Amino acid sequence: VRVGIGLPSTVPGAPGDSIVAWAKRAEDARFTSLGVLDRIVYQSYEPFVTLAAAAAVTSRIGLVTMVVIAPIRSTALLAKQAASLDAISGGRLTLGVSIGARADDYEATQTEARFRGRRLSEQLATFRAQWEEEAIGPPPVRPDGPTLLVGGSSGEAFARMARHADGYVHGGGPPRAFAGAVAKARAAWSDLGRPGKPQLWGQGYFALGDDAAVQTGADYLRDYYAFTGPFAEKIAAANLVSPGAVQEFVRGYADAGCDEVVLLPTVASVDQVDRLAQALA
Amino acid sequence: VRIVTIGGGPAGLFFSLLMKKANPANDITVLERNAPDATFGWGVVFSEETLGALRDADRETFDEITDTFVTWDAIDIRYRGQKLRSRGHAFSAISRKRLLSILHRRCEALGVKLRFLTEVADLARLASVDLVVGADGVNSSVRGLRPEAFRPSLGVHTTKYAWFGTDLVFTAFTFSFRENEHGLFQVHAYPFDAHTSTFIVECPGEVWRRAGLTDATEGESIAYCEKLFAEDLSGHSLLSNRSIWTSFVTVRNESWHDGNLVLLGDAAHTAHFTIGSGTKLAMEDAVSLADALQRRPMRIPEAITEYEMERQPIVERFQQAALESSGYFENVKRYASFEPIQFAFNLLTRSGRITHLNLELRDPAFVRALDAWYGAGARQQDQRATKLAPAPVFAPVRLRGVDVTNRVVLSPAPLDAAEDGTVGAAEEAALAGAAEAGAGLVLTDMTAVSPGGRVTSGSPGLYEEETHVAAWTRMMRRIGERSSARVGLRLGHAGRRGATRPRSQGTDRPLRREAWPLVSASPIPYTSRSQVPAEATPGDLDRIARQFAASAAWAKSAGFDLLELDMGQGYLLASFLSPLTNRRSDGYGGSPAKRMRFPLEVVDAVREAWPSDRPLAARLTASDWAPGGSDEGDAVALAAELRAHGCDLIHVVAGQTVQQDHPNFGRFSLVPSSDRIRNEAGIPTLVGGNLTTADEMNTILAAGRADLCVLESRALDLLLT
Repeated sequence: VRVGIGLPSTVPGAPGDSIVAWAKRAEDARFTSLGVLDRIVYQSYEPFVTLAAAAAVTSRIGLVTMVVIAPIRSTALLAKQAASLDAISGGRLTLGVSIGARADDYEATQTEARFRGRRLSEQLATFRAQWEEEAIGPPPVRPDGPTLLVGGSSGEAFARMARHADGYVHGGGPPRAFAGAVAKARAAWSDLGRPGKPQLWGQGYFALGDDAAVQTGADYLRDYYAFTGPFAEKIAAANLVSPGAVQEFVRGYADAGCDEVVLLPTVASVDQVDRLAQALA
Repeated sequence: VRIVTIGGGPAGLFFSLLMKKANPANDITVLERNAPDATFGWGVVFSEETLGALRDADRETFDEITDTFVTWDAIDIRYRGQKLRSRGHAFSAISRKRLLSILHRRCEALGVKLRFLTEVADLARLASVDLVVGADGVNSSVRGLRPEAFRPSLGVHTTKYAWFGTDLVFTAFTFSFRENEHGLFQVHAYPFDAHTSTFIVECPGEVWRRAGLTDATEGESIAYCEKLFAEDLSGHSLLSNRSIWTSFVTVRNESWHDGNLVLLGDAAHTAHFTIGSGTKLAMEDAVSLADALQRRPMRIPEAITEYEMERQPIVERFQQAALESSGYFENVKRYASFEPIQFAFNLLTRSGRITHLNLELRDPAFVRALDAWYGAGARQQDQRATKLAPAPVFAPVRLRGVDVTNRVVLSPAPLDAAEDGTVGAAEEAALAGAAEAGAGLVLTDMTAVSPGGRVTSGSPGLYEEETHVAAWTRMMRRIGERSSARVGLRLGHAGRRGATRPRSQGTDRPLRREAWPLVSASPIPYTSRSQVPAEATPGDLDRIARQFAASAAWAKSAGFDLLELDMGQGYLLASFLSPLTNRRSDGYGGSPAKRMRFPLEVVDAVREAWPSDRPLAARLTASDWAPGGSDEGDAVALAAELRAHGCDLIHVVAGQTVQQDHPNFGRFSLVPSSDRIRNEAGIPTLVGGNLTTADEMNTILAAGRADLCVLESRALDLLLT
């Protein structure tokens, strides 16, 4: 399994220059990708702007959105941003998309949440056509455009993934939950008549260091996931806070067939990159 | 800490005593609305696993329970005058009353305050308490006080049941099925002390109404059940203790806690009594919550979260199993024609918790008899059972005049590699690989009856006498030389899902260039980017039916053993079947019979062209998974028609009728449809849907839920790497 690391772009208070420093450090530490989350109504950085900054200071590391909430964006603009980022980074973009989980992001962007699944399916069909026809450029680095991943846990999401995308991106949880989603992703892939295998991407949160770091990480997750009600406590409790927990998590994902797992920070200080690299060494 | 437990059932009492035992300084009060000796119900069941947890948690309680409980390891199934016994199912039971009195004494000895006949009306009065535990059962009033936090959902089941006792001591967990003029009733009975057994009677709601039990008194209900189950009771009587007819309610809560308030046992979740796990789950909740609080003594919110994270996934698995189990009993009449041994195996495997492999470990003799019976049935010409037989998946099966060596079907993923419909080395490698892997039957990709019926420009075809027939004949000869697998041709017309790109690039992506015109039941494009198909004219239909027949005749000369007509997943024949895609007002649209008309005309034309000794299968959408679409009931009706028109096998698939459907990719998601079609329409079925192990297939086959299984090709990759 390949291991990527998230940028601290959704951790409130992360200084702008720390994003760039983090990206460089992650490439030096040989992580395979830099991941970003997407949220509008929060003290967080925009995913494409963040990854563009990261692209400018790196040359090998993959850039992945996990995920971009596509239905709240204009399809043409999103196709344009993705094509631009892909071209600027030399074809390093993996575009993960989903419908998201929060009503406030839809309200703030004045987009309708109803039929958002249907809209996402339309968008997925449209991106590829737009890239291919080169109507909305720059031309993608690879003929078919960036690798597309789809997230979500409903039957509709798995079908959408199998119909339009190259693989599945999971929304987080213990390896057992990931394995359950993998079985469905594979079943959908086969049911939709796709040859070969879907790419399988996972994610998890970590905070490594002293008690203060662990506490900061847990506080962040409680705040970030406050919209889920009592579930936020569970997400905070599942934060990977020791090298052993990180290793066990990565091993569990590998056993479940994961191609690439991206570990997302809950503490914004750049030493988290080194701590994670050490935990995995 | 100060804890108030609301509800003095097994879970609330056990949790309270564990907390007091952990630290005698803890101040713990149990508030119970009833008197100490006022309990209803008879015995409760524990598994070995639960007893282990109880022993580790409190040795004293465990010792007292095991002094008085009853254990057994057999399940008896009484059905059609036969009694089948399966062993190796270790369970124990205890009187509920006795269990409560043990827990009362233990609580008192440790210093837990028990307050009976105490209602809690106002939680605000408990604000100063560190932790309030809602252990007040299925009708929990604690849960009702904070619905916005717990977000409960209550599912009321359609069957009726009454919880009786009897002075007959059964020697095994006993299921008995008895039918009278009102319908089919079943009993779930088990002993729980030296003198008494629990005796639960259950029946569908309409049977209960027909039997006049709606307004029956307890005495009348007892008289009715004693008469119906006289043979099982052999002279003993039924005992009542508030034994009223009721409907089971499955309780779920999205969250089990809110602030310092936490739900335990039935208040948080229930699982249908047919898997006998209610008390078990409740007691295990108690152990888990007490453990979490001891691990994090000063951090109650974290401990509650830990408890919920530990228990919720386990409980969800049991609730899923319970749902399967209760669904089985709701539809048990479907299996009335089963031989007793298959009936018994179907019952034992109803919830998915016991499989062929589990049962072989528990009761090898039973599985040996089952496999021998299954193998003998498969041979047909010789009904005498041998004592040794291969597992069901390796039992041969005869379809019309064709013997298939085993029940495994492999169907390689589409390759889209044919040139103008002519198959070549890529298709041969895939099919020969599947055949040589040992499958009994191998199915091709959907093969088009005309150039316009192709899915992609690389789809295989069988519409050119020279090139196509020669290519398939060559391939069939070579596969035949290398394996004994039977090869089935999946024949179809893509309809409005045609003229798309290779599926390596995605599914249903229309061709940019050189697309051919599409035809469908009605002019509705498959996706918003798809070509609008022409509505098939009567002339088109006549021509297409003749093309199917011509391809069938060529399939015969190419040497195919089986022909599968694709009537599924939104392709041309399927587009006539679903009201979502057929808006015609001529003789081929409207009523179900009219929507079936064209597909049945094709079946008739094909049956005539295809040899009478070779089997014809139909690939059928069991459900459109979309509102307003066809459902399982429609599929059963169609399957019965197909059988009457000479089809021998239904290949069960689902969804994809329309692009925006609500599919289910869960484990075994197609098996219930296969079960229903097979056993209601009376036709053999082939089912897939993510099956990857022999054990899964053995269980499905031996339980009579299908006759052949599609194994996911990737299951073979795992073996090879």
